[in-house]
Amino acid sequence: MVDDEVTGDVIRTERLTKVYPGGIKAVDELDLSVRRGEIFGLLGPNGAGKTTTAGMLTTSVIPTAGRAFVGGVDVVAHPTAAKQLIGVVPQTNTLDRSLTVRENLYFHGRFFGMNAKTARAEADRLLEQFRLADRGGMEVLALSGGMAQRLMVARAIMHHPATLFLDEPTAGLDPQSRIALWEILGELHGGGQTILLTTHYMEEADTLCDRVAIIDHGRLLALDTPAELKRSVGLDAAISVSAAGDLDQLATVLREGIPHARRVEHIDGVVRVGVEHIRGVLPAIVEVAERHGFTVSDLSSTEPTLETVFINLTGKDLRE
Amino acid sequence: MSIVTAETESNTSLERRARTASRIAFRALLLRDLTVLRKSLRGFLPRTLLQPFLMVFVFAYVFPKIGQGIGGTGAGATQFSTMLVAGVIGLAIMFQGIQSVALPMVQEFGYTREIEDRVLAPMPVGLVALEKIVAGALMSLLSAVLVFPIAAVVPATPVELHINWFVLLTLLPLGCYMCGALGLTFGTRFDPRTVPLLFGIIVLPLTFLGAIYYPWEALAPIRWLQILVLVNPLVYMCEGFRAALTPVPHMSLWTIYPVMIGFSALFTWLGISGFKRRVLS
Repeated sequence: MVDDEVTGDVIRTERLTKVYPGGIKAVDELDLSVRRGEIFGLLGPNGAGKTTTAGMLTTSVIPTAGRAFVGGVDVVAHPTAAKQLIGVVPQTNTLDRSLTVRENLYFHGRFFGMNAKTARAEADRLLEQFRLADRGGMEVLALSGGMAQRLMVARAIMHHPATLFLDEPTAGLDPQSRIALWEILGELHGGGQTILLTTHYMEEADTLCDRVAIIDHGRLLALDTPAELKRSVGLDAAISVSAAGDLDQLATVLREGIPHARRVEHIDGVVRVGVEHIRGVLPAIVEVAERHGFTVSDLSSTEPTLETVFINLTGKDLRE
Repeated sequence: MSIVTAETESNTSLERRARTASRIAFRALLLRDLTVLRKSLRGFLPRTLLQPFLMVFVFAYVFPKIGQGIGGTGAGATQFSTMLVAGVIGLAIMFQGIQSVALPMVQEFGYTREIEDRVLAPMPVGLVALEKIVAGALMSLLSAVLVFPIAAVVPATPVELHINWFVLLTLLPLGCYMCGALGLTFGTRFDPRTVPLLFGIIVLPLTFLGAIYYPWEALAPIRWLQILVLVNPLVYMCEGFRAALTPVPHMSLWTIYPVMIGFSALFTWLGISGFKRRVLS
């Protein structure tokens, strides 16, 4: 087999390619490696090839070319063995409508080789862990979107997969459920679970992921930690300055007076200052502004986002 | 529990592990389907029993009582009730195959996408499809057992049974399997929009021209029809049950067995390949 044990990679792809009938190249020679225990994000707009990539790694999409390994197992050559090593939370609700909440977990355990007693005990433990214990006897159709999502995550990790795959896990969830899911993923991550998620929400990739692969048109554009990706843009922070008076003039004095300032613009009633190094800049802005007779009424600093990174790489918005 | 990894496994040990996992998952899927059957028994029983009951009741009880018995009176009426037993069982098996395999599958592919999770069970996708056939066959078998007493007891005229156990115990599982496979074939080729056509255009002619109400041989005066209905798998099943249960003349078993085995193989191939096409891309 392969030497993934040495490299510590749980997922590895080699020039992975998928061309759908009609010649649509969904994934184009993708090389990825996901390390044991990390949360790895595939970030890109709709149609970037994220779901197809996840589909190939989870055996439901057959690659046109290239290879993919999960836990050292070639997913194309040994799909059954690979399926033992993966847990999948798909975009749509695929819970078994004919069974209760508890039975969904129980039978999942049985599919993956647990005996009746273990499957029952594990189901109860997971219901407790995912705060669904009081819903065990309910039909799954009676669950809210957030609860159904939690149940799908519980089901996906029940057989202790080497990697947990989540495809757009928070699409369509209300903000509260989204945060609850992030907490759950954080806990699983804390327990050493390797997680691969696809998302087109930059906040999600930024908040959750140890490393992010930005893909578009099936190609890998960048792969690094969110912090490193944002650093690659070359800006440390974007600062918004509010003050009374002629803001065009304020922009001019700040452009000249602030060291490391790049892109100083008056936009929508504030002056935005992009800086390469944030250290010491905030007091300097106040000092320069007041020296020229401006009184700063508000000052806020935000880091560049993954959105900025995506725009830099593709020249277009993530939401397009 | 430790995380399962397989870095150091050889191909043969991976394959061995996959075989064991597949066997376990197959059994667990069957267990799931039987659990769902047990939970839905209240719907299963009327759905399974009502149609055959009405058929036997009208044709073999009401008609003779009001003097419109098919096959005349006396011996003729007895022969009709006897002949109908085989047809009722054949029909029950085919309906069950379609209802328990095709209809849920159309739902699972169309609306719920549940099947996407089912195929993540550690087994080859083709085996998931095969499990659907086997589960459908078991439900067909159950409905045959439930329907038999109705067909034997309800008629107003006595039913004359001559049971050939060998034929019964071989044809019953074969027929049930064939109809489970037929259900899978239909289930993978229809979607929620087209499923009404399944009943209107396919199931209806299959049942009316399925040698349920008359032995195939009796069609001899309409030679073209007698030949045309040979494409209908239900004909062989009803004729087979006639051989297994009654003294009524029937098609040769040398024809029935090979054709039913052939249909079973064809529907298994069509069903599994259709299933794979639907879940893999």
